[in-house]
Amino acid sequence: MNQAMSVTPPLGAQEAAPRRRRALAPLEPVSARARVALGVGFFVMFFAVWAFFTLGGFVSPTFLASPITMAREGWLLFTEFGFLHDIGMTVWRVLGGFILAAIVAVPLGVAMGAHKGVEAFLEPFVSFCRYLPASAFIPLLILWAGLGEVQKLLVIFIGSVFQIVLMVAVTVGNARKDLVEAAYTLGAKPSGIVRRVLIPGAAPDIAEILRLVLGWAWTYVIVAELIGSSSGIGHMITDSQALLNTGQIIFGIIIIGLIGLVSDSFFKYINRRMFAWSALR
Amino acid sequence: MSQLSIQGVSRTFTSEKGKSTQALLPVDFDVKENDFVTILGPSGCGKSTMLRIVAGLDHPTSGRVLLDGRPVEGPGADRGMVFQSYTLFPWLTIEQNIRFGLRERGMPESQQKERAQYFIAKVGLRGFEQHFPKQLSGGMQQRTAIARALANDPKILLMDEPFGALDNQTRVLMQELLLGIWEAERKTVMFVTHDIDEAIFMANRVAVFSARPGRIKSEIAVNLPHPRHYTIKTSPEFMDLKARLTEEIRAESMAAEAH
Repeated sequence: MNQAMSVTPPLGAQEAAPRRRRALAPLEPVSARARVALGVGFFVMFFAVWAFFTLGGFVSPTFLASPITMAREGWLLFTEFGFLHDIGMTVWRVLGGFILAAIVAVPLGVAMGAHKGVEAFLEPFVSFCRYLPASAFIPLLILWAGLGEVQKLLVIFIGSVFQIVLMVAVTVGNARKDLVEAAYTLGAKPSGIVRRVLIPGAAPDIAEILRLVLGWAWTYVIVAELIGSSSGIGHMITDSQALLNTGQIIFGIIIIGLIGLVSDSFFKYINRRMFAWSALR
Repeated sequence: MSQLSIQGVSRTFTSEKGKSTQALLPVDFDVKENDFVTILGPSGCGKSTMLRIVAGLDHPTSGRVLLDGRPVEGPGADRGMVFQSYTLFPWLTIEQNIRFGLRERGMPESQQKERAQYFIAKVGLRGFEQHFPKQLSGGMQQRTAIARALANDPKILLMDEPFGALDNQTRVLMQELLLGIWEAERKTVMFVTHDIDEAIFMANRVAVFSARPGRIKSEIAVNLPHPRHYTIKTSPEFMDLKARLTEEIRAESMAAEAH
């Protein structure tokens, strides 16, 4: 035993190994500061390359605006063209459709995950629906619901609801069997098992599923707005295309990315606060 | 009169392909009120299956289980269970875990808290009430599980190798803790284990299981005085029992390995 101990090198020797080699090793964590620097670094590089090709005259400004033109056009959008209203419309459509989908889908998913009969009844149909592309429904929805807000909400709803149902069902169905049994031996009834074991156990994962699907809802809303719309970020983008204003198009796309990033971080923050227990190791 | 009566209980598992395996041959076994019985056997011998049938988590292929003369038809709060795996609800604090069963039966909250406090003190977890299970060591989690089962005031406490996942030192301390609680509270306990020392130290009676298909091969009374101190493990009486049980188990372990 003692002999074996003396053969292993002291801890200090490992510390002394070249830092760079360690940083390149797989699964090696990076420091918080390095993480921020690397993340920001890519954005800087991206803008630098973009600026180099556009400002350097390597691509025609008709096809790709420079970062500076983009920023100017963006400013004009807000001051002259009421872009805030467009953003507001888009955000409300995403949230409206997404919340409706969540209200319908989460209870259905829980019921499917908890009761195998419900799952056998609904799962094949929902799985089939999941592969129907939401954007392909747009022409049909325009026929049914016209060009108004209902049609936009329905696109988001169709795009999100089946995804949420299936993922929630799988999460709830994967509940730890031993926890369910423990609850039974403590006198829980079947309804208590669902309310006090399955739902709280799956809650953090359900919140993560919603965060993920909200991201997808953003892509559906833009598609819905590209066709037959009179407001919203997607509408602004199609308008700008007709005017060959690539600066506005790029600005719109960046705004979508920014809103997505902010809402995602917000969602993550809320989830971490609400389900602190699930982050414990 | 016996409180728990296992009558001709057997269990055969049938795989999806229709192949059947007999896990448990018909077993007859009685447990008196306030008795502490350990079920000793090699792993995979069906002893846990029997305990799960008593808990109502599994159904016997034949026979029946009576608790106070009434047949067991499913799980219930009158049979508390402590599992080998850590089964505390990770989203509840230690105190909320212990109150789980009390809340389920609709006890007023102030009473729930009072009762939880009593058992938290009993298993030595004062100061950890607001911790989450994952913030506690394995031994502390199992102590919480014991408190959770006891707080429900079951007629019988079923324990399925509850200390099996703990390191040896912790395990010994947990045995003393549980025995101390039993000596003070007098509960009917059925305790499954494959550890011979544990089986003797805890029990008034040891039932030895045969290798699969399981059946009760022999029963040995443990007439060591209470309260028991850990030093009893080196006494000649203890050694005698250990030698006997070692012989009994050895034959079964060899049979189990030969399969």
